[in-house]
Amino acid sequence: MTVTGTESSLVDDLLDGKHRALARVITKIENRSPGYRDIVSALHTHTGTADVIGITGSPGAGKSTLVDKLAKSYRDRGETVGVIAVDPSSPYTGGAVLGDRIRMASNVGDMDVFFRSMSARGTLGGLSTATADAVKALDAFGKDKVIIETVGAGQNEVDIVKTADTVCVLVQPGSGDDVQMLKAGILEIGDVFVVNKADMDGAERTVAELEEMIHMRENPAAGLDTGHHGPVDEEEMAEVALDEQDEEAWDPRVVETVATDATGVDELLDTLGEHAEWLHETGRIDERARTRYAEEIRQLVRADTAGLLEEVIEARGGIEALADRVLARETDPYTVADELVEPVRECVDEELER
Amino acid sequence: MSTQERETGRQIRCLIAKVGLDGHDRGAHVISRAFRDAGFEVIYSGLHRAPDEIVQAAVQEDVDVLGISILSGAHNTLVPKIVDGLKEYDAFEDTLILVGGIIPDDDREELLEMGVGAVFGPGTPMEETIEFVRENVHDRE
Repeated sequence: MTVTGTESSLVDDLLDGKHRALARVITKIENRSPGYRDIVSALHTHTGTADVIGITGSPGAGKSTLVDKLAKSYRDRGETVGVIAVDPSSPYTGGAVLGDRIRMASNVGDMDVFFRSMSARGTLGGLSTATADAVKALDAFGKDKVIIETVGAGQNEVDIVKTADTVCVLVQPGSGDDVQMLKAGILEIGDVFVVNKADMDGAERTVAELEEMIHMRENPAAGLDTGHHGPVDEEEMAEVALDEQDEEAWDPRVVETVATDATGVDELLDTLGEHAEWLHETGRIDERARTRYAEEIRQLVRADTAGLLEEVIEARGGIEALADRVLARETDPYTVADELVEPVRECVDEELER
Repeated sequence: MSTQERETGRQIRCLIAKVGLDGHDRGAHVISRAFRDAGFEVIYSGLHRAPDEIVQAAVQEDVDVLGISILSGAHNTLVPKIVDGLKEYDAFEDTLILVGGIIPDDDREELLEMGVGAVFGPGTPMEETIEFVRENVHDRE
């Protein structure tokens, strides 16, 4: 795609490192403003250098405070940081209070930490697309690290963190028994688990439960190693298996932190670094990116075809008129859907020469 | 927010800022909540922010509206610093600045001349403030 006029100068300004342009580009992405697609297209070639870290966890687990300290530590190591914090919005009014910024106290006045709040924006859908596009903007801007922070409460949030290279799940001590951990879907996507507020009672138990859960997930037999020495050939086999595992699989880690006083943050940073290294060494980084791009293309195509079909619905008198006919028993939903999709199907048949 | 508004994707974004030393943010909370219920996206700064921090937040969050709540009487020193900061990042032109709190009449004129869109004193009905934002938010597209 080619960019023209305002879009083009916005892209140039963003690549030049102007914060205002970066902020404006993210707004356009959020609003799906005319021209936003051209901008994201133009930025794409400039992306791919940032390490993208997704952080999720239940409300009150300390995500924002930890993100603040992470950003600070990255800055101390001379790296620049972009943060996107996603908060829910009201499905009724569309309004939202985006409160995570309050906890970014360690990075005050440091423009090299670019913090941006995003809301879920209810019916617009495709929040994960908007977030992924915002990540691209920060990546193209030249941020070394991009952190996506979101409340882990449902599928939507899981989708968002999937746009990250490394997914970090925050758990606070005493957040339930071990069955609770087995239930939670977000636990399946973590590369690194952080037990924050590790100075609280029950932290040790939570760590132990997480370790157990991880080993059960990895391999039903892996957690059963009792440490006893077996016959030689078995030991050798175990070593071979271990070597293979080292090369191939990532064993999720459990890290303890106390975000309020930055305890454990350096260890977490190192662990995140190790995961990034593993991604590059094993080529998983490309594998993950390929999966992401495939999903992104699918989402865009779905959204675009849905848009085309909306036009067809409008041309046939609007969705309400159609529903009225179904209500009056003149027709039924399946027949209506068939009729609406018919023109699209014809085009597809023609395109595929069937 | 109507479906129409939602489909066009335009969402009014506001930063509610507490700047300086005053520690009373009940009013800021009330306005944040009212704005949220009006369908705006509200970012609250938290207490005791320096003008620099407010500028940083307003620029990064690309807000349409910056509401500054001041009860301490320090508006004459703090507001100009914020205005200058916004100008530095080319963000002054399209940010609607509102000041709320205890502002003596004599100072109001000065703030308005400086580029503040409106000054709302205690007891201003919430609807009036929301309506003002809807009508005066800068067109960006």
